[in-house]
This record gives sequence, structure tokens and C-alpha cells, in this order.
Amino acid sequence: MGSRRSSRRRSVIPGFGITLGITITWLSLIVLITLAALFLKTTELTFERFLMIVTEARALHALKMSFGLALAAAAVNLVFGLAVVWAIVRYEFPGRRLFDAIVDILFALPTAVAGIALTNLYAENGWIGRLLAPLGIQVAFTPLGIFVALVFIGLQFVVGTVQPVIEDLDAELEEASATLGASRWTTIRRVIFPVIFPALLTGFALAFARAVGEYGSVIFIAGNLPNVSEIAPLLIVIRLEEFRYADATAIASVMLVASFAILLVINLLQRWSEQRTGKL
Amino acid sequence: MSVQPVAFDPRVADIATRDARQAAMLRARRISDVRADPAWLRWSVIGIAVAFLLLFIVVPLVNVFAQALSKGIVAYGAAIIHPDTLAAIWLTIAASLIAVVLNVVFGVIAAWAVTKYEFRGKSILITLIDMPFSVSPIISGLVFVLLFGAQGYFGPWLQANDISIIFALPGIVLATVFVTFSFVARELIPLMREQGTQDEEAALSLGASGLRTFFKVTLPNVKWALLYGVLLCNARAMGEFGAVSVVSGHIRGETNTMPLHIEILYNEYQFMAAFAVASLLALLALVTLFAKALLEKKVAKTAAGSDA
Repeated sequence: MGSRRSSRRRSVIPGFGITLGITITWLSLIVLITLAALFLKTTELTFERFLMIVTEARALHALKMSFGLALAAAAVNLVFGLAVVWAIVRYEFPGRRLFDAIVDILFALPTAVAGIALTNLYAENGWIGRLLAPLGIQVAFTPLGIFVALVFIGLQFVVGTVQPVIEDLDAELEEASATLGASRWTTIRRVIFPVIFPALLTGFALAFARAVGEYGSVIFIAGNLPNVSEIAPLLIVIRLEEFRYADATAIASVMLVASFAILLVINLLQRWSEQRTGKL
Repeated sequence: MSVQPVAFDPRVADIATRDARQAAMLRARRISDVRADPAWLRWSVIGIAVAFLLLFIVVPLVNVFAQALSKGIVAYGAAIIHPDTLAAIWLTIAASLIAVVLNVVFGVIAAWAVTKYEFRGKSILITLIDMPFSVSPIISGLVFVLLFGAQGYFGPWLQANDISIIFALPGIVLATVFVTFSFVARELIPLMREQGTQDEEAALSLGASGLRTFFKVTLPNVKWALLYGVLLCNARAMGEFGAVSVVSGHIRGETNTMPLHIEILYNEYQFMAAFAVASLLALLALVTLFAKALLEKKVAKTAAGSDA
């Protein structure tokens, strides 16, 4: 943001009151009141009880599973997502345009479809599982399977945030760097990387946030063994089905606070990257 | 009827192709000179990218259709016209339609409010609109159970008045609206901010009413971005699994959406049928992808046009 006017004149466009009113009312009804209900329900617990629920071995394991594997999957997406974008934008190879188009399907492919497809592929008799079984690698129904599903659903966020930035990379910057005698490696490290770094971080954070809460693609491939391959969202569902609402809300509120923290970080990152690149 | 041959001027064609060839050569040389990466790097990055995309997109997608058709086209057709499947398809369409309409109305109004006026707390409002995006779908469903479930805050009152929200269509719609809450607004806000308020101010100064200005000036300016938002919103709404799963109750033929029906069939080891339903959603994804590519060109044109 460039210059900010200190005193803003009243807009001549009518409808400020009514549009803002509707926006805030609808937002409150659908999002704010509902999330407030979650915290209200949590406050019905004593602090000791709350701590007991979220530090109980099974809950703790499920939370570790969700956050740990989400972090690992987001990291893998960072590296492979960058490779995918760089190859599609900067190189010419057979099928490039097809790959460029098809990478977008991740946005639209429902998680349940991805879930059963990946499970079927990585099961012992599946197309990929069959190749891995002789090597002693079991993917389906293990934490490794959860990881595969989280990589699948996270890829779109790294590609989505990084691709526009690499497409907009100023050719003159690289040329100037080369003209001044920098090696290609130095140009990549000192010129290209700093420009795409904020987008990489944002993509990483978005992929992480989505993976932490992911449910649909994971439950099919996870095997869902308590203390082994059970994720936090599934434990919430199980507690809900057992009518242990207090347990479900306590775990949910821990996850929610964590996702808000991530959202805050994303916003700060975006502001930081806007300042660095000087874009609005 | 005689066909008049179009006059062919070799000189014009020659100049055109020469220009194009020159431009291409210039571009190619520039890239190959200083912006090109070493061959080993180029080929390893391409190799990694292609292997990754094949493994994570192409193979799973092919697998869906291969499994769906594994028992032949007749069995495939039978799985799809099964009454429970048809009921799931209709419920999915109905719930998505309502959710998309609600989010379009809200998204347009919200985008108008945050882009056409200056006010305090605007960035907080935008953050709040974006918030549902990073909430786990399970939590999105859970909150509605806490509010409207049998043991929820409004549960006793709803029961006394014989209104069912959870385990019924309203609950499914609410959960879907929550998870797709920001989809339309997200697409509109950046574009409308870029377009500014001059067009609207001009229309108003010429005596148009506020509503007329919106329908005749603002809406045509953002129609492609709006359609793009609708497309993404619809894809997510039809495919939503976690949030809907929590509030639906999984009643076959009644509160089962397509993704939930896939789960039930899969858990009953009716793999072929599960993949048949999944293939419909995969087709929807492919159609969405195609429409998205078309719209992206239109949106880019609108954005470029607004600069001039």
C-alpha cells in the first residue's frame, strides 16, 4: 500500500450501511456465532479436565500425527511443488501444456475420490502397492499412507501461490545479474530465490493449514488404528459418535487455535512479502 | 454459387512469418543465453516434476475410471442408476445449489462493502471472511452439531417445534455454506479493488440509482470473476466430505450426499460401485478444470481491460 489519505471523504456510492450490515450479520450467523459456540462449550470444562482430555495418550498421539505429518507433507510439497512450477513455466518438454492444465484438477477433485483412489493404488494388491510390497514398504493403512494423502491435497497450494510469481519473474533482473558476471547458480540463489521466497512460505503455510485439518482423503488410507495411524479430526468424529461432546470440543478447540495461529502467520507473511516486492 | 479464391499475397505472409520467426528466435536465444539453467539441472527438474505429477495426479485419476469400469459398462451403469445413488446425486445437487446461491449473494455484497468504501477494521473483516478456509471441515460440522444437535444449545427448542436441522438437508446446507464461505468473495475482492470506484461514480453522477449502477456497471465488470468463484464454490460444495459427514447422519437414500455414498459403498466392499460414483465426481472435476481454463482467459482480459 502506497500513500494513505489521512482524511477520507464520504463515498458518494450509496448502500454502505446496508451492505456492511448484511455482511457482518451473515458473517456472524455462519462463522462467528458457530465458532463462539465451540469455545463456549469448551469453557464448560474445568481447566484440569481440559488438560486431561488433550494430553491423554490417544488424543496427544492423534494431534502429533496431524500436525507432524502435515508439516512433513507441506515440506515435501514445497520442494516438489517448486520443481513442478519451475518445469512447467521455464522449460519446454513433451506434455508440458497438458501437465500445466491438469495440475489444476487438484482444486476440484473431491477428497473422498482422492481417498479411495490412493488407498486402492497403495494397497498391497494395488498398482503401486504391488511394486512396493516386495521392498517391504507398506503405505496403505500406515502413517506413511496418511503422509501420501496429505502430500496429494497440499500440492495445489504451493503450485497456486508460486506459479503466478514465477510467471511474473522479471527477465531483466536475471539478465542484469548475468551481465554483471554472476554465475547461473548465484543468480538463482541471490536474485530468483529472494523474489519467490515469500510465495513459497505462503504456499507452505496454506498446505500445512489444510493438511492439519484434512479428513476425507486420509480416513480411507490411514487404517485408523488408535495410537498408530489415527488423526485428530477422526478422533473428534469418534468422540462425537460416542456422545462425548466435551472431549470432541476440547480437541477441536486446540486444533482451531492452532489454525488461527497459522492464519495469523500467513497474513503477516503476506504483508511482509507485499512490502518487500512493493506490490499492493 | 461460386467460390472466390482469397487473394494470397506471398509478401504479406512472408513478412508475418519472418517477424514471428525472428521474435521466437530472439526469445529462444535470450533464454538459452543467460536465463537457461544447465542441462543436467533442467532435465532433473523436468524428471522430478513429471514423475511427481504422474504419481499424484495422472495415475490416481486413471485408476478411478479403471476401477469404475472394471466390471464392464453394464455394471457401471447399474451402479449409477441404483436408487440410493440417484438419491445421493439429487441431494448433492440440491445442497450445492442452495449453498452456491447463498454464497454468491453474500460474496457479492461483502465484496461490494469492502471494496467500494473506506472504513475502520476493513482488514479484520477480510480476515474473518477468509477464516473458514483454514478451519478443519470436521470442526465446521462439529459447530453446527453443538448448536442444533439433540444435545446442542438450540436442540431442545428445535425438538419442541419439530424442526430438524442436524441429520437433515438444512444441516448439510449450513455445513456446505461454512466450508465454501469465502470462495466467491475471494475471487471478487482483488478484482473489484483494482477496478476502483470511478465507473460507479460516473454512473451515479449521471443520475443512475445505486441498484441500477450495480446491475449495469459493477456486475458486467466482474461477471467472469464471479462465474469463476461460482465454479470453484460449486466444485468444493459438491465434493465436501468431512463437514457434511458430521451433520448428515448417513441415512441412505435420505441424507447421503455423493461423497458420503462413496464412503458407505467402499466400507461395504462394493469397490466397483464406490468408484463408479467417484468417477462422476472426477468427471465433474474435469469439467470444472476445463471451464476454469476458459474463464481464466476471460478474467485476465477483464483485469487487463480495467487498466486501460
